[in-house]
Amino acid sequence: MEIRPILASLRRHRIPAALIVLEIALACAVLCNAVFMIGQRMADIHWPNAIDEQGISVITVNGTDPALAASDIPRNLAALRGIAGVTAAAAATSMPLDQNPALTGFTTTPDGKTTVNTSVYFLGSGGEQALGLHLLQGRFFNADEYADSGLKNFQSTSHVLLVTQSDAQRLWPGQGALGKTLYANGESWTVVGVVGDVLAQDPKFSGPGGRYSSVFYPSHPDEMMGDYVLRNAPQDRDRVVREAVQALGRLEPGAVVEGKTYAQMRTDYFADTSSMVWMLVLVCVVMLAVTAFGIVGLTSFWVGQRRRQIGVRRAVGATRGHILQYFQTENFLLSSMGVAVGMVLAFGINLYLMSHYATSRMPWYYLPCGAIALWLIGQLAVLGPALRAAAVPPVVATRSV
Amino acid sequence: MFGYYLDLALHSLTRNKVLGALMVLAIAVGIGACMTTLTVLHVLSGDPLPGKSGKLYYPQIDPQDARGMMPGTLAPEQVTLIDGMNLLRAKRADRQALMAGGAVPIQPGSSSLDPFYVEARYTSADFFAMFDTPFLYGRGWTGADDEAHARDVVITRQLNDKVFDGADSTGRSLRLGGITFRVVGVLDSWRPNPHFYDLTTGSYNYYEQAFLPLQTALELHFAKNGSNDCWGNGTGGVEGNAYPSATCVWLQFWVELDSAAKAAAYRQFLVHNSEEQKALGRFQRAPNVQLRNLMQWLDYNRVVPGDVRLQAWLAFGFLLVCLVNTVGLMLAKFLRRSGELSVRRALGASRRALFAQLLTESGVIGIAGGAGGLLLSLFGLWMVRHRASDYASLAHLDPAMLLVTFALAIGASLLAGILPAWRACHVAPALQLKSH
Repeated sequence: MEIRPILASLRRHRIPAALIVLEIALACAVLCNAVFMIGQRMADIHWPNAIDEQGISVITVNGTDPALAASDIPRNLAALRGIAGVTAAAAATSMPLDQNPALTGFTTTPDGKTTVNTSVYFLGSGGEQALGLHLLQGRFFNADEYADSGLKNFQSTSHVLLVTQSDAQRLWPGQGALGKTLYANGESWTVVGVVGDVLAQDPKFSGPGGRYSSVFYPSHPDEMMGDYVLRNAPQDRDRVVREAVQALGRLEPGAVVEGKTYAQMRTDYFADTSSMVWMLVLVCVVMLAVTAFGIVGLTSFWVGQRRRQIGVRRAVGATRGHILQYFQTENFLLSSMGVAVGMVLAFGINLYLMSHYATSRMPWYYLPCGAIALWLIGQLAVLGPALRAAAVPPVVATRSV
Repeated sequence: MFGYYLDLALHSLTRNKVLGALMVLAIAVGIGACMTTLTVLHVLSGDPLPGKSGKLYYPQIDPQDARGMMPGTLAPEQVTLIDGMNLLRAKRADRQALMAGGAVPIQPGSSSLDPFYVEARYTSADFFAMFDTPFLYGRGWTGADDEAHARDVVITRQLNDKVFDGADSTGRSLRLGGITFRVVGVLDSWRPNPHFYDLTTGSYNYYEQAFLPLQTALELHFAKNGSNDCWGNGTGGVEGNAYPSATCVWLQFWVELDSAAKAAAYRQFLVHNSEEQKALGRFQRAPNVQLRNLMQWLDYNRVVPGDVRLQAWLAFGFLLVCLVNTVGLMLAKFLRRSGELSVRRALGASRRALFAQLLTESGVIGIAGGAGGLLLSLFGLWMVRHRASDYASLAHLDPAMLLVTFALAIGASLLAGILPAWRACHVAPALQLKSH
């Protein structure tokens, strides 16, 4: 295909040509960034979490008498363990993704500094089993540690804790974490075990550094423990939640009892993110449609203007294929110019977003992907008008001037 | 003349329906997306207390110990109980209030209502006058009531409707956490957004229903909400386990200062206060004082979620794509009518007249696009309201944004029409007439 005549013709129609280039460039820039945002948010929604997410139910109890916590909690747990299908039950102060962060900054030396906020969990006896924590090194807490530990001024009175794999690597890179000491607010604790990465209580609040920064303390029943964690087979979870809420409602008449499966808690936490993803997808689709219709409109106009010219070409021997190809090549040239500008623009927008918002750098492959998408859209949009152009009969050339 | 242009514009729009509809649709979706995100941004970044916010300040002081101190460290965003009480009792501002969030169980006297929890605010007497809270019945409590640990409570209209069936309940008693309180006032609907005076309990859509004196709540060990930030050894807790210790910040302190001079004087007072505390050995750091007014405080805390701004940018990019698209379509439409325009030129219409006619046509497209955009943004806001964010229920279009919608739509379409109209009215009439 000879492209020189096409270029010559485009030079004569600079404004419409420039408009198509501009439209494709803008669409490419917005598309690349929007798709990148979608990708980032999808990655957020799929953050792994090393607990048995499908088999956990959480019953939250508020408004009990703090003085009776030591006797009420074991009684409630016994009742919960009696529900058919419950394989483990324990009390805890908070849960990953419960959006109620209890954070502490831990350091590896008594006078160290840190900017990482670590989510703090206090587990009652059997908590590791109820949550389904993955033990990677060391051991879980023993019965004495559970019995002798508690909370004072929101701090643990125990001397042991569990850390996550990410924290073990962050705090003691290249060394084993077992037996090491963590410091916070003048107290210290020894690491007895390393568990798989558990998400923070509010990872969006804690930021990337705190996402998998969690520590677990043992504790005897304490008034601060408002969550009952139940482990059961995934297919039983809805029934277990229902029965557990009823059981605790009977045992704690004045209290507010709410139950949720952990899967539901996770969905709730990411509900806003997934609605943002849907919004971005909608914007992308509508924008591509608008771009496509714009190309259709302008090319149709072009075809209309050149009907005689096309007729003449047909009359002197051009086939329909030639005419079709002419418009497709023309569109390909315009799209190429558009995506070239668009990729630069997309990169610039990404740089701006990086400096003003918590956005990371867009991986390079988003740019060619956006370019290919717009090339395809362009070719698809031009097909209709080009076919109409190809259908112009040669006899048009002979009509009066 | 304008009427005639309008007539021509409508005629031309209906003549080529597909092209006309495409242009209107492009403007409509662009405007719809833009107005949805702009309205959310507008609602979230609004002034919670218009007219008053410039006089309200949030003092910050730095009582942390020297450990881990780095130059330029930011002062804590809340105050300790000791510092808060000191500043409150110093009474150096026109008005001042110390506060913390909490939750209290309400035990209604009637047997038809089960006990239930409500969000509460434990604060001091000036709270109501300082924040201009509207009273339906009664009034707030006094400074003397604060010191006397009075069992007084101010409730909201909503709670009053629930417990007292909307009657004037001032003077009646209400049991909170097993203690009998006297209702001294009922607030009319008062829902400042963002929840500026305490951002730790959530920035939007968080409302307390009961307000009681801070010292009373502390004495009764009522449960607190919100965040606390501790340092040092964290020992010596206030009232056992009920409240964070003396080395924790967990209360908010607000002052009202009527003039810039008073604000400068108050800042000086805060610096002196910090120096004094350092001399006494309570503070270890050099005075690290901040005095931001309400809007600066919201700005500093970045209460408007980043995602909302990002969406607004994205929507503007989208509108730009739609506009360029409209420019292209208008160009096609106007140039296609070169013949008609040439006839008008030949009959004596000036270029200016043609330009005016074509711009009128773009304006008509803009109005139609604006109406479509309005419908789309109402739909968009309805979708936003069904999202899970805490600000979701606030997303409503207000009259100002309605005007902005149409101004933006007409402005955008006129802008889109300038280039095509200019091109179209520079067509040589003779050449066009000859070819027909």
